Amino acid sequence: MLDEAGHATVMFSLNREAVECQPANCERLSETLRERLGCRDVKVGCDAGDCGACTVLLDGAPVCACLTPSRQVAGKRVETLAGLLSSDARAGTLAESFQQHGATQCGICTPGMLVSAVALLRNNPEPTESDAANALGGVLCRCTGYRKIIQAVLNHRRNLPHGNSFATDGVGAPIRRIDGAAKVEGREIFGDDAGQPDWHALMIVRSPYPHAVFKFGNVDEFLRDSDGIEAVLTARDIPGLNRMGVIPGFIDQPVFAEGETLFRGEAIAAIVGRREALHDFDVRRFPVTWEELPHVSGTVEAIGSGADLVHADRPGNIMCSGVVRRGNTAQALKEAAAVVEGEFSTPFVEHAYIEPEAGCGIVQNGRIEIYAGTQAPVMDLEGLARILAKDTSEIRVVPTAAGGGFGSKLDLSVQPYLALAALRTGSPVRIAYTRTESMQATTKRHPANIRMRVGANRDGRICGVEYEGRFNTGAYASWGPTVVNRVPVHASGPYKVEDYVARTWGVHTHNPPSGAFRGFGVPQSAIAQETLFDELAGKLGIDPLEFRIVNALENGFPTVCGQVFKQGVGIKACLEALRPAWSAANAAAQDFNQAAKATGSPERMGAGVAAGWYGCGNTSLPNPSTIKAGIRQDGTVVLHQGAVDIGQGSNTAIAQIFSEALGVPVSGIVLESADTDITPDAGKTSASRQTYVSGNAARLAGSALRESILRMFNASENAAVEIGEGIVQVADNSERHVIDLGRMQPDGEGYVLSACETYDPPTSPLDEDGQGEPYAQFGYAAQLATLVVDTGLGTVKLKEFVAAHDVGRAINPMLVEGQVHGGIAQGLGMALMEEYVPGRTENLHDYLIPTIGDVPPVRTIIVEEADEHGPFGAKGLGEHALIPTAPAILNAVRRACGAQLRCVPATPSRVLAAIGEANAG
Amino acid sequence: MEYHSPVSLQDAVDLLNDGDAKIVAGATDFFPGLERGRAPERLLDVSRVSEMRGISVSEAGWRIGGATTWSEILEFPFPPAFAGLKAAAREVGSVQIQNAGTVGGNLCNASPAADGVPPLLTLEAVVETVSASGSRLVPLEEFIVGVRSVNLEPDEICAAIHVPGRIRDGRGSFLKLGARRYLVISISMVAVLVHVAPNGAVSEARISVGACSPVAKRMTELEAAVVGLSAEELESDFPSDPKFLDPLAPLDDIRASAVHRMQATTELCRRAVIEAVNLADGNNA
Repeated sequence: MLDEAGHATVMFSLNREAVECQPANCERLSETLRERLGCRDVKVGCDAGDCGACTVLLDGAPVCACLTPSRQVAGKRVETLAGLLSSDARAGTLAESFQQHGATQCGICTPGMLVSAVALLRNNPEPTESDAANALGGVLCRCTGYRKIIQAVLNHRRNLPHGNSFATDGVGAPIRRIDGAAKVEGREIFGDDAGQPDWHALMIVRSPYPHAVFKFGNVDEFLRDSDGIEAVLTARDIPGLNRMGVIPGFIDQPVFAEGETLFRGEAIAAIVGRREALHDFDVRRFPVTWEELPHVSGTVEAIGSGADLVHADRPGNIMCSGVVRRGNTAQALKEAAAVVEGEFSTPFVEHAYIEPEAGCGIVQNGRIEIYAGTQAPVMDLEGLARILAKDTSEIRVVPTAAGGGFGSKLDLSVQPYLALAALRTGSPVRIAYTRTESMQATTKRHPANIRMRVGANRDGRICGVEYEGRFNTGAYASWGPTVVNRVPVHASGPYKVEDYVARTWGVHTHNPPSGAFRGFGVPQSAIAQETLFDELAGKLGIDPLEFRIVNALENGFPTVCGQVFKQGVGIKACLEALRPAWSAANAAAQDFNQAAKATGSPERMGAGVAAGWYGCGNTSLPNPSTIKAGIRQDGTVVLHQGAVDIGQGSNTAIAQIFSEALGVPVSGIVLESADTDITPDAGKTSASRQTYVSGNAARLAGSALRESILRMFNASENAAVEIGEGIVQVADNSERHVIDLGRMQPDGEGYVLSACETYDPPTSPLDEDGQGEPYAQFGYAAQLATLVVDTGLGTVKLKEFVAAHDVGRAINPMLVEGQVHGGIAQGLGMALMEEYVPGRTENLHDYLIPTIGDVPPVRTIIVEEADEHGPFGAKGLGEHALIPTAPAILNAVRRACGAQLRCVPATPSRVLAAIGEANAG
Repeated sequence: MEYHSPVSLQDAVDLLNDGDAKIVAGATDFFPGLERGRAPERLLDVSRVSEMRGISVSEAGWRIGGATTWSEILEFPFPPAFAGLKAAAREVGSVQIQNAGTVGGNLCNASPAADGVPPLLTLEAVVETVSASGSRLVPLEEFIVGVRSVNLEPDEICAAIHVPGRIRDGRGSFLKLGARRYLVISISMVAVLVHVAPNGAVSEARISVGACSPVAKRMTELEAAVVGLSAEELESDFPSDPKFLDPLAPLDDIRASAVHRMQATTELCRRAVIEAVNLADGNNA
């Protein structure tokens, strides 16, 4: 039987029910399941079998639905997560276990993980860790670091206690995510899940060259000749400013290029039409002619004399520069007993979230509504208003679940195209970037070229630090200025450094824009600083950990910006917490290496340490968050929580802070998550600021609500508040009061009591030498990596991490561990395997991120050096989870086998070459 | 556009005889290579062709249907000579890929880094191609002729892979070097098949290397050099003349430098030969 398009009917069993459909002949099963059969629990991450997010069971065996021709499943059994949850008890047990263990963060990989795990347990009810890793090795996760996933699978039948059964679920309780059920059941709505199958599709035409000029052909004729294509959008169709960007003064990236493109993958036009018409659209049919121009590929070339300018008005290809200066560095280095120096380089690193950018745009009641994954809904709103020449009141931005962000989803991606297309056609429009498109067109971690000198006196105290960092910011600014400003503030590491000069430059090249990526340049800097510290300690004959402890910043000492914290500096506590593990790891390495030498084994074990710090929030700039909450007549407490949860857990942590301040359990709170129509501006999910800044706003809102209740009875501060159905009860010593909420007048939003509070961290501007108070608080971290180097092949196998992180106060220890694990996995990738090369590694088989077999056990030591500014003492964590990881690995490699690496990733080739150099030297 | 999914080899070759078609089985290489708007006009899905599924054994040796999946290779009770092929099967992508991807597809895709090729070279595999006008038996060395290029006429199908019975008493091994644990394309890989005499010395050796030349290659001079050596001798003094690896022409690319590929391959050859020699005799690989 054929349909109108000549497609045969395919009949198969889907989740134990007979189904039939008419897929196109080359259609992938993932597309058929999602778009024809409503299985949005099947996620698409790469369309190439590289990520496993689309894993389904075909006749009981896990396969990638994206690689399975739909026609091939005729007569077979297909099972997706949703089906397994209703038919196989293992699925439900695993889903519960994933929630209990914190094994899901953003949730985009969770269906693939769970389906693979069900298949494993069917054949092997008691798997070992290695069985579990083999079974899940085909599913990539970018958030969790995999360890909690392994634990969730191994302990799936163990009825662990979890937060919901703790005496309290407020601050300090390791409760499960309050938004986790939808994630483990495949019900979470990500960017490409928000649209309907019959909505219009959007396709972007991109530059195939790093630098080119182009001319459109006859677009009208193209439109006339193209069945199902309704509109072509170009720069001419932009009613407002044809620019995207995030930093005032640096809003420089065209939505659509105007005659010239400055990086491979830059958008020049968008085609809107029926989904079927665009599905098989060959971009070679689009009327455009290109002329490729010479391009500037790297930083060294870009700053060389006579280099072509990427932007005519940015001489020397310099976007901007930064400096922090203190003391007399030249003199200090002259007087130092030992000086080490080095030049370091790092490549582009891709965020590689498993969900490519996706979303939809709808015109509703005369307003444009954008549904897409984002880290910054209000900045999106403001950016769209500029581009569309509309008032912000005419736009609504609703963040869908973000399948990972890590910084890149702070910038606009699909949103302006969706808005323009929906406004032009009047129809709802969808787009999901392909994996290649996502990698080509969105921001990257800045490649860095760093030169650094560090001196120390005879007793091991740092005496002079000189730093120069050039950061390849690509064709457009994005968050480059933030990197340039942040790095000099952080490049000393969390140490007492009195004589310091750090200069940074953002350098334009014909590459994709570098932007925000977990750490804003600090992870690259830490590689230089922390490996040089090890060399310096070695030169002086001092143990590397003790060297760091001696130099660790303390309360009352100025930072390199001259900022003096009277309290809250926790780096020494982090380093000291590593002492027992450090001696054990060194002893183990010594034994291992003795045995290896005796047997002729080429393996060598080593342990390495590194530290890091990270200023929470914007650098010396206002950075407010506002949180609103209200109580309805029926006693429902509603928290308007606009701090976007991209997997890190702000929905849960901020609810915990609010509940603690209000004095009611988290389980009694209804959450309204980010939506520019519903939640006030809680700023962006970046800079490790949500727990600290939005958390404080939530604390203030909770306290304000509590105070307004207590004030009604002049009750004391310690009174207990209990909110029940339609009533609030206050127990104050022996007195009990009851408020009948039904008798109170609700406001326009239906609240009888409400509060809206804002918090802005106290900072002060930096002067021309970078002196001032850039942040109200820093988070601190020290990590220990133990690994084995195969000196015959150059491979590095991690054995264990011990990670001590000062979070001030762990609002939710399980989420804290999740951030640490995930940060370590990303740091490990940066250290050992990740290198984005435009035009070469634009997919997830050439661009490698760690798999479940690459991340070792992580022991997290939570250090709680309370901060006076933080909510209940809490500090931000998201970024210092990652900062020490790569240098700790490089230090461990050097201690294992002598290989000194100044260029990451430390691929087997580079490690083997460095071993060769070490042996020759 | 047409999609055909015949269940017999005769129907498959007849369909192919009617006109060009893109042959797919597991489709694990087909979809990643598919560019938007450039789908082939005809697809011939051979995954249901009964003659191309499964493994059979006879006096002459083993016949592995072209559409046999890597998971089926892993489940089959092969003798230790196939230990290298099984180890390679475990390294093909991931479980998901092993459940769909086929042996024949791996050969026909002709990637320089195809995991299946080095062990099949050591097993002296012969490819059975079938067309409407007859069949051919082509040694694997002559079947893959270059990067993405095979000795297969447009009307032919890679119906099966034959492994001769003479390797029956050998012991196999396979080692792969990549920059991460799973889902990784090789920097280099080495497959070995040795026969060990009662005195413990290697009596026959077959060694092949993948990902270091356009097509995986046998290292015949190295093979000759290890013959006659015992496990102890191999451990203490592995033949190390650089000319042994002369057949290779490794590339400098994003995954590794050419120099490193040669260094690592030397080491992988040593380890893989020793592993094969030390492989305990047993019924199954």
